[in-house]
Amino acid sequence: MKLTLNEDTIRACRTDAKTIVDDLITMIDKHSTVSVERTILRLLGIDGVNDFDIPFVNVLVDHINDHADLSKGVSHYLAAAVKDTKLSPQAIAEKINASTLSLKPYQDVETDMAVLMPYIESTLEAINKQKATRQTFMQSRQTDQPEKYVIVATGNIYEDIEQAKSAAKKGADIIAVIRTTGQSLLDYVPYGATTEGFGGTYATQENFRLMREALDAVSKEEGRYIKLVNYASGLCMPEIAAMGAIERLDMMLNDSLYGIIFRDINMKRTLIDQYFSRVISAYADITINTGEDNYLTTSDAFDHAHTVLASQFINEQFAASAHMKESLMGLGHAYEIDPDMENSFLYELAQAALSKHIFPRAPLKYMPPTKHMTGDIFKGTIQNALFNIAAVSTNQSIHLLGMLTEAIHTPFMSDRALALDNATYIYKAFKDFGADIEFKEDGLMNTRAQDVLSNAKALLDTISEEGLFTTLEKGRFAEISRSPHLGKGLDGVFEKAPSYKNPVIDVLIKQLKEGDTWL
Amino acid sequence: MALIRPYGDTLNDGKIQLSFTLPLPCDALGEETAKAFAHKMGIENVSVVHSEALSEGYSYYIVYGTLTHQVDPTSLTVTEVETTAMSKEAIEAYIDTHFDRDLVFIGASTGTDAHTVGIDAIMNMKGYSGHYGLERYKHIKAINLGSQVDNETLLSEALKHQADVILISQTVTQKDVHIQNLTAFIELLEAENVRDDFIVIIGGARINHALAKELGYDAGFGPKKFAFDVASFAVLALHEKKKVN
Repeated sequence: MKLTLNEDTIRACRTDAKTIVDDLITMIDKHSTVSVERTILRLLGIDGVNDFDIPFVNVLVDHINDHADLSKGVSHYLAAAVKDTKLSPQAIAEKINASTLSLKPYQDVETDMAVLMPYIESTLEAINKQKATRQTFMQSRQTDQPEKYVIVATGNIYEDIEQAKSAAKKGADIIAVIRTTGQSLLDYVPYGATTEGFGGTYATQENFRLMREALDAVSKEEGRYIKLVNYASGLCMPEIAAMGAIERLDMMLNDSLYGIIFRDINMKRTLIDQYFSRVISAYADITINTGEDNYLTTSDAFDHAHTVLASQFINEQFAASAHMKESLMGLGHAYEIDPDMENSFLYELAQAALSKHIFPRAPLKYMPPTKHMTGDIFKGTIQNALFNIAAVSTNQSIHLLGMLTEAIHTPFMSDRALALDNATYIYKAFKDFGADIEFKEDGLMNTRAQDVLSNAKALLDTISEEGLFTTLEKGRFAEISRSPHLGKGLDGVFEKAPSYKNPVIDVLIKQLKEGDTWL
Repeated sequence: MALIRPYGDTLNDGKIQLSFTLPLPCDALGEETAKAFAHKMGIENVSVVHSEALSEGYSYYIVYGTLTHQVDPTSLTVTEVETTAMSKEAIEAYIDTHFDRDLVFIGASTGTDAHTVGIDAIMNMKGYSGHYGLERYKHIKAINLGSQVDNETLLSEALKHQADVILISQTVTQKDVHIQNLTAFIELLEAENVRDDFIVIIGGARINHALAKELGYDAGFGPKKFAFDVASFAVLALHEKKKVN
């Protein structure tokens, strides 16, 4: 099932997207953020919280911000303090928390990053070990495509584990633990195992570890690797990417624009944070999932299909700039056209085939109907069945299964089981359907795909001319306007001093460039 | 008295369908337990038409039976928004005739709620299911603040824009998080002594008018309600308020 598309137009879209992203790389290089700095501290091995549940990494960054000059970067202070005190970064953090040490005296000393290298190497070694474990698991049995992705969202990590195990046994390949509502706007990462959340569960390193451990046990029982997903998004985007790398998460929701548009996070903050988070994910072999589906729940899915494609091109270039390989770029799209529209299925099929045609090596993330799910669970099952047919016929990779009770409650165990049965049945029934049929050259679907592509091209032309910031201000995505001078987290963005260093990202990029990220 | 039972294919045959999960293995005892639950609900002739293992120790049942309970609908009362819904054009004309200025509607999905689908369905140009949103209405200035807006921000924006109507959408209702948040907003309005300055309306998939009234709101709209339903209520209520003042 192959579309007839103008390959020159596709190339031109990529060129535009590269121009758009290159334009921002200079800004990204010149700045850092409090969350980037906290991430460096995490990767230097600092963990834990103080008596007020404030993470030590926050204590340290706040300390430097209040008493010294953060624009030199946390690495400057840590390198100096480690050399001077012979203490580990963790011990230094604890002393600062106890007010028995100040980093102020180190503000103007000369530093050498070499003293931090053993700590960085020790973390990277742990990440490499996790990559090797994943590789061993994956070699045991290749999962069939598309991979069935379901969510758990009880708010309680222990209950989530029960739900996840049950879903895995019913055939789920990927488990996403939905985050509690509101976590994206916290400027710190909560700590420890948690049992209270709304519409989801806190993303904490301990919760990551507990779920991974449970899924490893199921993976062994089932003889196939069950992947784990969380969210490297919001104000702590790169920190969560680092936690995921350490605890062997396999996928992270991570969009370059989502936080800006839908969470009103400042655009500089998001773009700087997403860059570091993608470098980390690229290193740790974590597949990112981008969030283009969200445009369609806000704007009309038929009229705004081209914004999804344009955003996929931009996300692709942002990921490439972070040295991420295509096989880790889970670009997003969704089945959201109004079911009352005539030929809606044909347009959906055209869109899904279009994404696959343009990003053939990217593990595309295909999202189910949500906006037009009504509470009529019986109709919902049919909507999900059509979505499943589109997913399997166009060979999508990451198939987020729709729940018949979407719009009613976070899924029951039985909702998930019914969704998995639905998908399994349709995979079987439509196995070779996509390979066996062709699109009519001048048919509805080919024409639709060509229209969406040329509209995306026009939008990308505009964005590359006016720049991404102006585009976001004009509300071209999801009809929501954002200003570069507003938004949450802007106060955590700062310009780097000339002597600023981030030895972690330097090592990661060096190794990614050398391509020796595999053991 | 007009007692009725659910309808299968014959009046008052009481036919009913259920599906649920039990924390039991899928076996004869599980099935018997499912039947016992149905009996306790007042269902007779219980038939487990489908049972399936979901996981170790969990099983799923689809059950049919005859409900023995009867209900007299005439004995019940319901709380519904009583104003008649007008069309978009009629609402525009109504504002034109009854007010000497445009009306300001400000809306948000508040608290930690990140879902905009509800507020967008009512406010955005496109609307939902073929019914245009308030942004498209003549004589209505619609300001959609989006999601995760805290109560204080919503109020300060409402004051700044001299809003006539405040719309609040709540989608996440797990563990009643929306109740706390909605209660807090009314308390805020009262504390600031501005409750009577606005018509305040809530909406969401799990919201209804009775809940809204109970929490101190002017109205509540649940599923299958569109911009014209909300706007009709709001313009009539505003007109009432104007007459009183």
